[in-house]
Amino acid sequence: MTELWLVIAAALGTYAWRALGVVFSGRVRTDSEFFQWISCVTYAMVAGLVFRIVMLPVGLLAQIPLWARLLCLAVALVIMVWPYRPFRGLFPGLIAGSSLMTVMGWYYL
Amino acid sequence: MSAHDPDPGPTPFASPRAAFREGVRVALGAPAVVLFAGMVGFGALSQSVGMSFWSSVASSALIYALPGQIVMAEMFAVGASGLLVSLAAALTAARFLPMMLTVIPQIPAEHRTGRLFLMAHLVAMTSWAIAVRSFPRLAPQDRQPYFFGFGLVCWAVCTPGTALGYLMAGHVPGPLTLALVFLNPLFFLLSFTEVRPTGFRLAIVAGAVLGPLSYLVSPSYSLIVSGLIGGSLAYAVQRLRQRTTIQDPS
Repeated sequence: MTELWLVIAAALGTYAWRALGVVFSGRVRTDSEFFQWISCVTYAMVAGLVFRIVMLPVGLLAQIPLWARLLCLAVALVIMVWPYRPFRGLFPGLIAGSSLMTVMGWYYL
Repeated sequence: MSAHDPDPGPTPFASPRAAFREGVRVALGAPAVVLFAGMVGFGALSQSVGMSFWSSVASSALIYALPGQIVMAEMFAVGASGLLVSLAAALTAARFLPMMLTVIPQIPAEHRTGRLFLMAHLVAMTSWAIAVRSFPRLAPQDRQPYFFGFGLVCWAVCTPGTALGYLMAGHVPGPLTLALVFLNPLFFLLSFTEVRPTGFRLAIVAGAVLGPLSYLVSPSYSLIVSGLIGGSLAYAVQRLRQRTTIQDPS
């Protein structure tokens, strides 16, 4: 029961950031320098989080060596930007990367 | 999808309803699959650390921010308890403040009603990525209905995904769970290749370097530090570059 209350407390804390964003966004104009800057900050934050998950993972991913994680990523990236059809784009990239990760899991888990 | 042509404004949808439907359609591709997979992975994780089914499902519906939920589950796993757990999870949500500041100003003033507070809950990493990518290509009056279309789909797949992952935990082979967990970061990394403006690209590179480095120093403040420093650095470099190109007489 207390666990559920802690989840609700975390949810309130999380929503507070979202609501704060709504409140502060009232005075922000899209053609302002502030908008450009805060967009850069947001992109850096999201990229930082995503690369942290891949480079310094916790849980299951941590049992796969770093080179193997990076290889899965590199293969998916190449397919994502591959200039020739039909093997390119988001879906083929996701499928290739996660399939390769399954193989790595077979070997290392 | 098409090359971006900033000057002739985008053609609006026939109705808000049509914009909403288009948002639903966009979400029902890769975004819904990736989110669902991530939540299946979280459901399995929460079961393995001994969280109750209802806390697990409630966290997906109410927190609706995978990194924060994972922090919670991991803290339960090491036996932490009390409000410290909630606080740690809420701290990872600080990114929502700048995320909202990049999304809401693109909504026209007449749509900025109390509904924004409903919209706010639907902003998570996936829906944010869709919003910043597609808003510039949409007529301003279509943006909010379009957002509700894909935001609601993204949110709605999370609770059943978590429940499924929780109930299937232990019955899914490890390598498959691993692939499900990996899909989420992979999706964002691949989406980064579609970001065009140079300043934002620089910000992504700076964040990618600073994110893991700052995490080694301080896991709790890593996000804020890498965002503020990396983002400001990228912004400054982009400003300097612009100035030099304007001064260039050619």
